[in-house]
Amino acid sequence: MTVRSRLLILLSALAVLGAVALASVLHASARAERRDHTQAGGPKVTAGTVTLTAPGRMVFRNMAWGPHRDELSTVPAASPSGPRTASGVKCLRFYAAAGTGVCLQAVHGPVSDTYRALILDANLHATAHYDVPGIPSRARVSPTGHYAAWTAFVGGDSYAGTNFSTRTAIADTRTGELIPTLESFRVLKDGRSYHSADANFWGVTFASDDTTFYATLATKGSTYLVRGNLRTRTLTTLHANVECPSLSPDGTRIAYKKRVRGLPKDAPWRLYVLNLSTMRETPLAEPRSVDDQAVWKDAHTIVYALPGDYGADLYEVPADGTGKPRRISVSAVSPAYVG
Amino acid sequence: MYVADSRASTPAPASVEGTARPATAGRYRSTIAPTVLALGTVSLVTDVSSEMVTAVLPLYLVAGLGLSPLGFGLLDGVYNGFSAVVRLVGGHLADRGGGRHKWVAGAGYALSALCKPLLLIAHSLTPIGLILAADRTGKGLRTAPRDALISLSSTPETRGRAFGVHRAMDTAGALLGPLAAFLILRATVDGYDAVFTVSFCVAVLGVLILVLFVPSGGRTEPAAPGARPTLRAALGLLADRDLRRITLCALLLGLATVSDSFVYLLLQRRLGVPDRWFALLPLGTAAAFLLLAVPLGRLADRWGRWRVFLAGHAALLLAYALLLASWHGTALPYAVLALHGTFYAATDGVLMAAASDSVPEALRSSGLALVQTGQAATRFACSLGFGAAWTLWGDRTALSVSAVALAGCAAYALTLRPFREAAV
Repeated sequence: MTVRSRLLILLSALAVLGAVALASVLHASARAERRDHTQAGGPKVTAGTVTLTAPGRMVFRNMAWGPHRDELSTVPAASPSGPRTASGVKCLRFYAAAGTGVCLQAVHGPVSDTYRALILDANLHATAHYDVPGIPSRARVSPTGHYAAWTAFVGGDSYAGTNFSTRTAIADTRTGELIPTLESFRVLKDGRSYHSADANFWGVTFASDDTTFYATLATKGSTYLVRGNLRTRTLTTLHANVECPSLSPDGTRIAYKKRVRGLPKDAPWRLYVLNLSTMRETPLAEPRSVDDQAVWKDAHTIVYALPGDYGADLYEVPADGTGKPRRISVSAVSPAYVG
Repeated sequence: MYVADSRASTPAPASVEGTARPATAGRYRSTIAPTVLALGTVSLVTDVSSEMVTAVLPLYLVAGLGLSPLGFGLLDGVYNGFSAVVRLVGGHLADRGGGRHKWVAGAGYALSALCKPLLLIAHSLTPIGLILAADRTGKGLRTAPRDALISLSSTPETRGRAFGVHRAMDTAGALLGPLAAFLILRATVDGYDAVFTVSFCVAVLGVLILVLFVPSGGRTEPAAPGARPTLRAALGLLADRDLRRITLCALLLGLATVSDSFVYLLLQRRLGVPDRWFALLPLGTAAAFLLLAVPLGRLADRWGRWRVFLAGHAALLLAYALLLASWHGTALPYAVLALHGTFYAATDGVLMAAASDSVPEALRSSGLALVQTGQAATRFACSLGFGAAWTLWGDRTALSVSAVALAGCAAYALTLRPFREAAV
């Protein structure tokens, strides 16, 4: 084959491949326009004022297509599928309590995206912001509003980076002081000091005493529920196979996702509630694998997200293992019951 | 000049090596062989393609698919062993005559290319893990035949530079890939499908460049009876004193080479590199590698591959020392990354150039695969050991132990002097 014919083949291939590549990019960018159009049959969303102190309301990230996609929005907690009021503040993950919110959002830079955590006051004005070292995953605020915590996935940097670690940070919303990683805490496992470079923490949930919190510790292929102490900076293991704990309003029970034997590796979790005084586990009535840090709507009801047609939908299920799950809202994630 | 490859006992065989030899002896500053440039372009294009996927994969899994990949090493230790076998098999297949290097390498590139569109239809962790494993199998398959082609199409006197040029082009691709992926994500909404499609198109282009512009070498069946490319002959290579020593050195030094991710973690922990810059640390190493690969490859041709290879480890040792030092200046992260990149520039291609000198042409691919696999295995062992030491004693002690081990291995390697390159 002559150089000329080889070049001709290369150029024609280049034209075809370039056309395919361009078409795929154009197709994906046209998606932006589609998503800015209000989704047919979707929830009604209008711009308005969202506050974190309005009583009896749920604030969440609205995922419905349209101009208010990804904005913090609110509905009455009693009619979560009703019309939504959107705030204009975009977050990937969100939580709020006692008039304080935490919003994990992307910052679009010139050569890559970075992430940050905003501490929000009751009117959604940012009072502080912190760098988040990876893709945001979980967010929580203490019942007092004095502490906020978040977890990010930090990707591996090897070829085909496939090993992930998590970084969990806690900020004092009054002083601004930041604990960049729970890895700086001392771990007490089975009564002994425990060190491991492979320890990962995620999914903080706070008690109302401004000292105690719970989280997941993963090490050597197992997960544990740990109780943390912000004064002594210690973490004590309590129970095995607990991920993404969520403390009940009365502080007696933990809702969490448990890895159940025999389930597929891709969808291995079921929702459980752990009684902290008896350590008794109760499976909840949700038959699907749930990958979310649940929230307590009240003392008897758990709310969580499952994948839906437009990102995620919210469901609720009784906290005592009875009843059955009910979808309460479509195209919504990261709910917080405020006021 | 250096007599790196002039073994008086064996007459120079008629081969592609011969065709690339410069007309005037001593004038070794010839141009880079077109084959090397073609292979460099293939690697550049392929790296753009694979790094595009690597860069968006975490975001795709977490934000795109809503999966929590935690606790899953998608490619586990078992796969590392399998990958080593694939590498050796690739090297062996390529040596079985008839100019197969190109086609074995091509099969590896094609396999990786075919994995890209599969990512469009896989939506859970298990199939994605399998696709990544197939992708890496392609990489394992192609590495040794490709390096053999580079060594066979350059003269012994310019081999260091040839590998340097190839590695620089390869690294340039690795730097451009994430940028391309980011630009696509920016221009689209959830444009992971576009990233995978473009990555596939780019990978196909790489395969096409290989097929069209890399000569298969047209090598005839091997003549020397001692070098018939059987599996036994490949293992028999270790009977060669030089290659055995090179491999031993590569293994020993590999044992004391702390993996990249640990270096970046240490940088962050010891020097307090802010979180938002963490993802940029590998770029620092790559930039230094890119800039220094060609000059250090040339230096290896002139001053001696062995010396440059060892000097590269000295640079790594210096990087460890800086990480251990109590001095915390603002320039420190830059210095550590520059030294880390220097280490790669002085060792990665240079080792292949050096090993090429000791492997007969008929077994070139197998021989290079042997050295690469041995080095990869000991580096993996080092990662495990370093992780354990970190857990037991903390990062500082673990790094001190590694530094002492590296100094020890380097000192021992110094006494072995496996590469024949005494200046005449």
